[in-house]
This record gives sequence, structure tokens and C-alpha cells, in this order.
Amino acid sequence: MAVTVKTFASAGEAAGALSSDRSARYLGGGTLVMRALNEGDVSISTVVRAQDQALTRIDASGPRIKLGAGVTFARVLAERDLGFLHAPARSIGGPAVRNMGTIGGNLFAPNPYGDFTVALLALDATVAVAGGFGSRDIGIEEFLQARDRQAGTLVLSISCTRPASTEAFRYRKIARIKPKGGSVITLAAHLPISGGRIAGARIALGSMAPTQIRARAAERALEGRSLDAATIAAAASAATEGTSPSDNALGSAWYRREIVGVHLRRLLSGQE
Amino acid sequence: MSKIPLQFRHNGRDVAIFVDGGTNLLVALRELIGDMTPKFGCGQGGCGTCSVLIDGELHLSCLTLAETVAGRFVETLDGMKQGPNLHPLQRAFADNFAAQCGYCTPGMLMAAKALLDRNPQPSRDEVIEAISGNICRCTGYEPIINAILAAAGGRVSA
Ligand SMILES: Cc1cc2nc3c(=O)[nH]c(=O)nc-3n(C[C@H](O)[C@H](O)[C@H](O)COP(=O)(O)OP(=O)(O)OC[C@H]3O[C@@H](n4cnc5c(N)ncnc54)[C@H](O)[C@@H]3O)c2cc1C
Ligand code: FES
Ligand code: FES
Repeated sequence: MAVTVKTFASAGEAAGALSSDRSARYLGGGTLVMRALNEGDVSISTVVRAQDQALTRIDASGPRIKLGAGVTFARVLAERDLGFLHAPARSIGGPAVRNMGTIGGNLFAPNPYGDFTVALLALDATVAVAGGFGSRDIGIEEFLQARDRQAGTLVLSISCTRPASTEAFRYRKIARIKPKGGSVITLAAHLPISGGRIAGARIALGSMAPTQIRARAAERALEGRSLDAATIAAAASAATEGTSPSDNALGSAWYRREIVGVHLRRLLSGQE
Repeated sequence: MSKIPLQFRHNGRDVAIFVDGGTNLLVALRELIGDMTPKFGCGQGGCGTCSVLIDGELHLSCLTLAETVAGRFVETLDGMKQGPNLHPLQRAFADNFAAQCGYCTPGMLMAAKALLDRNPQPSRDEVIEAISGNICRCTGYEPIINAILAAAGGRVSA
């Protein structure tokens, strides 16, 4: 069925059009929206686009980086200053999907997708959104918890602090098909160190709940400690707390619960 | 619903067509321009046989909203041959038995061209990575990988 495509020059106009029409869907890279249209999803009757340059801007030089929602994974990979985000970007799809898919769209991608968002969640990112109310910043965790109710809001950009060192940020995606493939589980850890102790640990998990979640019990096990074997073991055994994975073709809920601690232990101990 | 005018460059030639809202580029190329070289496999982004180059970048035409290519350069397999001669990649595919049923071949060739245009001497791993979004049901991939390495002038391992 044909849909109406509305193209706007500014993000503000696009946000206005989105918030006033329940059947409108914003088109980022289209890798999921076009798939839905090809499948005959009749809940979409309007597609909204914005050609605003601000949506594809990358500001990566300072300690706090800002990425426009329309930045693709291929662009992240081409940016040397974004090296800490290369592993999550590289873990997504094949080359064509990375050329098309955007980080804004990834915030909405359901399981087994949304890998980049796992990294952003561990980095305590901030999401700038625009709606009928104007624009505002919202913490990524709050954003994800209310994701189903975000229809009608346009994501403008995502920002986060650059990790202090390569060691401080780690990412791991478990997939059956390599080098591409949906996530069995995805893990990211941000471990800032202050005076030899972890201060502000963040562990984020993908495919362990309906949206990406923080593993708070594991974070608590790490907080204020040094990253030794006992601490790692405690964090790994707490990894399943608060999770609610589901069964899909890539793995059962049982299997996901079994392996998440194993992979968290490997991630924290720096094993391949 | 009214038709939307769309102009872009298709294999070095300007084309002007009218599309319905929501039409994907694969449908526009096959049904409106008559370029049957990009194939329809899944319409889901999963098989890669509809791959084309947009401004030199590999894209899945089944997941591209046709309107988004306005004013841009779209290359398909149809534009690959060089005058009466096959492109070195096409030649290498033929010489290395890299096609059986041939259904995946257009997408494989576009993915390979995107790679070699950017990186003329890729490693074997880079070739594998470059075609990782393209599924072949027949060859087992080895002949395809060898063909791409051969076209690149790389050593073809046994
Ligand atoms: C073959 C294939 C393999 C894939 N592999 C992976 C993978 O390994 N890992 C992974 O994480 N994902 C994967 N994906 C899913 C997808 O490509 C990515 O998640 C991508 O980031 C989605 O971005 P997009 O811009 O293409 O989204 P779109 O399809 O444009 O949009 C997706 C959703 O997000 C909304 N949206 C997009 N941008 C905005 C915005 N700025 N503001 C508000 N709403 C917005 C849309 O309205 C829509 O609801 C794959 C997809 C395919 C087809
Ligand atoms: S038809 Fe486009 S990826 Fe399969
Ligand atoms: S040759 Fe048949 S699908 Fe590749």
C-alpha cells in the first residue's frame, strides 16, 4: 500500500509532523522501517523524513562527544576519534546495513538488535529529543524504559563522555553467525577507575530483557573495588539479577541466563 | 494518491520517473526503469542480492526508499561492464566458477566492487567481511572469495 512521504528541511518541522500524526513513522536509514513497509505493515501510513544537516553531525573532538541521530555506523567507523565505539559499530549487520542504519534508529531496534544502544547505555548517554513540546535532554535509561511511548518524538542527537582509557570501556556481542548476525546476548561495561578502585561502574546488557538494561547487581559488586578475581566472580554471579530474557530462534531464555555470567566474567577479565 | 517525480543518475544516465509513496528502490529499478540486474530475494535486508551502489556506497535497494536517491548516483550490475568487455570482476567470477545458479551474483559483484574501489588490494579477511551481507546458496563462498582476490590481483590460495 502506498504511504505518504513527507520530507522536511528542518528537524523541528519533522518533529512537529511526527507528534501530530499517530500513524507517522520517522525514516532514519530505513533498514527496519522499509522492512516493515515491504512486509505490508498497515500501521504506517505516513513516513516522515528530515534533511537537516544537524542530524548527521559528529562532534568527536572533546571529552564529551555528540552524534546526530542520523549518523550511520559506517561514519562512526570512519571517525578515528570514535575508536571506543568501533567495536559496537562493527558488530552490526553487513557492510550495506552499516552504510544505511543509523544510531538514532538503533535506539528503537527490538531484539535481537539494538547492539549499539547497549554500548551507549553503558556510557550513560544522553538522548536529545524533540516533540510537540520543544526539545529536551533525557537519560538513555529513562528513554529506553519509555521507548514504547516515544512514538511521536524525534531523536536529534546522542551524547556521552569519552571513556578515560581503552581499558575502561569494553564491549562484547555473542552471535551465532559471524561476522554478522543477530545478538544472542550483547554486553558493554564502563569501568572508570579512581585511586585504583572502580567508581561509577556501568554494565549494560542486550537481549536479556525486552529493552537493553543495566545489570545493577553486577554494578554494585564492582563498585568501590579493584578489578580482581574475587570482584569479577561476584559481578559474574550477579549478572542475571533483574533480567527477563525471552526465547527466540537464536537462543532460549534459559541459555541466555546460563551464558551471561560467563561472558561478563570474560569481558571483565579481558579474555578474548 | 499522487505520483512523486524522481530524478537520479542511473549507471551514468539521467532518469526521470514517477513513483508511489513508499516504493523501494529495487521496485523502481526493476519495474519502472527496466533494469533487472538487481534481484529480489527477501525484501528484508537479509540476502543482499538487491545490493546497489549509491554515490559509491553499498546499499540494499529493497530497504532504500526510492525518493531518497533524488539527485544521486545509482550504480547497478547493468552498468558494470566496460563497453563490450566484462569488468575484471565479472571476468574473474566466470574464470573462477564463482556462480552456479547466479542469483546472488549481482549483489556479490556490487559488494566486491564497493570493496575494490576503496581498497584495491584487500586481504582475504577483508573480502570475507565485504561480502558478509550477501548470501549464496550454491557456491560455498570459496570460489567467490577467490574470484574477488583474483580480480584484485591478489594471490588465489588453493
Ligand atoms: C540484515 C540486517 C541486519 C541487521 N543487523 C543488526 C545488528 O547486527 N545489530 C543491530 O543492532 N541492528 C541490526 N539491524 C537492525 C538495524 O539495521 C539497526 O538497528 C539500525 O540501527 C536501525 O537504524 P535505521 O536508521 O535503519 O532505522 P529505521 O528503519 O529508519 O528506523 C527504525 C525505527 O526507529 C525510528 N527512528 C529512526 N530514527 C529516528 C529518530 N531520529 N527519531 C525518532 N525515531 C527514529 C523509526 O521511526 C523506526 O520506528 C539489522 C538490520 C538488517 C536489515
Ligand atoms: S532482496 Fe534486498 S536484501 Fe534480500
Ligand atoms: S550461485 Fe546460486 S545463490 Fe549464489
